[in-house]
Amino acid sequence: MPPSVLGVLATARTFTLDGIAARPVRVEVDVHRGLPNFTIVGLPDAAVREARERVRAALVNCGFEFPLRRIVVNLAPASLRKAGPGMDLAIAAALLSASDQLAWEGLARIALVGELALDGSARPVQGALAMAEAARESGAEAIVLPVENGPEAALVEGIETIAVDGLGSLAGLGEGTWRPAPPEPLELRREAVAGAPDLADLRGQPHLRHALEVAAAGGHSLLMVGPPGAGKSLAASRLPSILPPLAPVEALEVARIASACGRLDALPAGRPFRAPHHTISAVGLVGGGTSPIRPGEVTLAHRGVLFLDELCEFRRDALEALRAPLESGEVSIARAGGRRDLPCRFMLVAAANPCPCGRGETDPDCSCAPYEVQRYQGKLSGALADRIDVLAAVRQPSAKEIGGPPGEPSAAVRARVRAARERQEQRLGEGRCNAEMTPGEARACPLSDAAASLLADLYARQRLSGRAHDRTLRLAQTLADLTGAEEVGEEQMAQALQMRRRDHG
Amino acid sequence: MAEPRACLDCLRRAWLLADLGPYVERVATGEVGSRSPELLRLSNEELVEAAAPKVAAQLLARIAALPEERLREELLLAGCWACCRHGELYPEALRDAADAPWALIGRGDAALLEGLEPFGAVTIVGARRATSYGREVARELGRELAAAGMVVVSGLAFGIDGCAHRGALDAGRTIAVLGCGPDVAYPASHRTLWRRICESGLVVSELPPGATPWRWTFPARNRIMAALSGMTVVVEAATRSGSLITMDLAADLGRDLGAVPGPVTSRASAGPNSLLASGAQVIRGAQDVLDAMLGPGCKPIPPAGPDLDPQLQTVLAAVEAGESTCDAVAAATGFTGAATAAALSRLELLGYLHCSNLGIYLRTLLSPPSCRAL
Repeated sequence: MPPSVLGVLATARTFTLDGIAARPVRVEVDVHRGLPNFTIVGLPDAAVREARERVRAALVNCGFEFPLRRIVVNLAPASLRKAGPGMDLAIAAALLSASDQLAWEGLARIALVGELALDGSARPVQGALAMAEAARESGAEAIVLPVENGPEAALVEGIETIAVDGLGSLAGLGEGTWRPAPPEPLELRREAVAGAPDLADLRGQPHLRHALEVAAAGGHSLLMVGPPGAGKSLAASRLPSILPPLAPVEALEVARIASACGRLDALPAGRPFRAPHHTISAVGLVGGGTSPIRPGEVTLAHRGVLFLDELCEFRRDALEALRAPLESGEVSIARAGGRRDLPCRFMLVAAANPCPCGRGETDPDCSCAPYEVQRYQGKLSGALADRIDVLAAVRQPSAKEIGGPPGEPSAAVRARVRAARERQEQRLGEGRCNAEMTPGEARACPLSDAAASLLADLYARQRLSGRAHDRTLRLAQTLADLTGAEEVGEEQMAQALQMRRRDHG
Repeated sequence: MAEPRACLDCLRRAWLLADLGPYVERVATGEVGSRSPELLRLSNEELVEAAAPKVAAQLLARIAALPEERLREELLLAGCWACCRHGELYPEALRDAADAPWALIGRGDAALLEGLEPFGAVTIVGARRATSYGREVARELGRELAAAGMVVVSGLAFGIDGCAHRGALDAGRTIAVLGCGPDVAYPASHRTLWRRICESGLVVSELPPGATPWRWTFPARNRIMAALSGMTVVVEAATRSGSLITMDLAADLGRDLGAVPGPVTSRASAGPNSLLASGAQVIRGAQDVLDAMLGPGCKPIPPAGPDLDPQLQTVLAAVEAGESTCDAVAAATGFTGAATAAALSRLELLGYLHCSNLGIYLRTLLSPPSCRAL
């Protein structure tokens, strides 16, 4: 049988994004004699299916010929849903190879990622960082991707990154006559840059500053209650600036998430700070949706701060959905296609008004009925509030404070927080903080006699629940770490008892 | 102890009142000064004629036909008992009122009624919409008065009433007077409190088990609250409040009136402040109540507070000056945030301060030893 009757087969490697992970996809192109047709099979979504039109136009506009034959593109594995336009480049390359227009020996050993414009130029894709990592894992020799994605893919060591500006470059690459210079890796800014929001903007309010410092030092979740305009949002947005800088591994995790969500350019320096509006849905907060699964705000806040302003206005189901991720540090989303785990180790900071009108009952203009206040504050004692360690009552700063000198800058506070965190890591192990102590570890905290008797006295008088007892211990340990003391003193225990969130009415 | 006993006529009266609920609602409500206490002075026939002239005959016939066994069985099933104005257990104090209830339906410890004298009980009333100041004072008053052996009478409502009961339950005895059947927890969110009072105190009402509350039943139960005790104290109330009706009723009975002073700018304290202006006793704490009822110095409450070091005294003074958050205290005293937190925590443990779940600090009624002269 003459070879032209047999189909001509070419394959290429590419990736599809699933959550924040890249899944390998093998593109198989079969060019066969028959009625001219172009079919893509293998559970493509609408964007993948439309690759037909983009690839056809791009080939023709780059001077190639679009074969008038029966073309079948199979995206393997056939059971995995493929999404997004990132497979255009791989489909085009395999099609050129199958129609003998591109002689590329090693095409099957190279990963290609990129969206095609109608003129054949390559457009950036989301998740290039994860794709480059997946390419290395799957044993590819190099990854070819659009110029804009070059720097983030270059962060991955152990695989060659080839940045191309379009379909036209493939010919030279395939023949081995042209090779672009490797792109410079993206610089990950692990620490806030100068000019970023600084804690010095918070004037006066010594207790609020102290609460922020303690929360940052021990990784404790914080609730601020006070009237509107008292500085709750300002304080929360300064929190990332006093947290210790990201470790290199952590910075890469943050960049991987940002890359998968297509916002690596907008990635702020230092730790992420996410402040979703209170109308957000449960899925928007923790992630989900039909496949591919989209990461939620908790994942975007990974290694950073999730700020819930107007906590009492959030939908109850959204707040309930936060509970498990807060405990475990990851979101598990189960769908018919399987289960995905997204990381979400974040610090929770919430702010609430004392009553629906925000004035608080001490203000004579407050017109909230008792049951309204009760229902409003009900959310402050629910199951989510049970996960909150520190309570800070915030009040309007006085005119003297506002006009006074700026507060201590973030850098000074950060140095103390860092020292306290180092002490915790020595005791608990790499990357762990006091807020994550198990009840057993919390009860093993070294207490001075006076501190122990203070806590025991309160517990015996039934003013503390068992959970509150352990929470107080964790807080006291953080306070001791901040002062550098070997054991928790009476002073620190008294402070911890003051700062703990109350659960009585 | 005398067994709670009620004659058939008085029991039937209670059931008649429950039947008349919607009719009295129609004729007695309107302005705050409800007519219900006046209506309740009337005899059965007159009352029915005044409230429900169209169905008077049927109602009276129905009530007259109620079999005694059934009424007693209903009481038993609801876990209640009854005592009537002809019985031994009926409080002497109630006989002063022309409109006194014929029978009291109770749930809980009947022994609280035995030998209940007007000077052995204090009624604490106040607004449902109370500030944290009012709630704290009510709780402390309830606790200290109960600790001093007084019976604290209140109405189980939101706000001041609930706090007075809670305080009293911590230290002694309390009576809740309801505007519905004694087996009905109203408001429903006070179910736990109601149960605690049923277990260790007493819940009474003039309405039979299962009776639902009407608007007119609250002024009606206020007259029982006013009559039961020798002194009625209003903690917080707006100028047009049901609590002030109770004060009027108490004044009509010749009982002592007390009022807790509050800020002149606070709407919630407008009622007690105007009562003070017209001659009510100033109530700054349980001691003032005891002095007014039993004579000065008859029953002193020892100031229990321990000694304070200068730093704690400074912080306490700042809270007394009106600073309510840790931040404000730190700003006022000049101490660091950490030192202030520790000081507030110690003061709370010593009992000088109370902290709400929103982190707002309030002074309790406990006075430090240096102020013992007060």
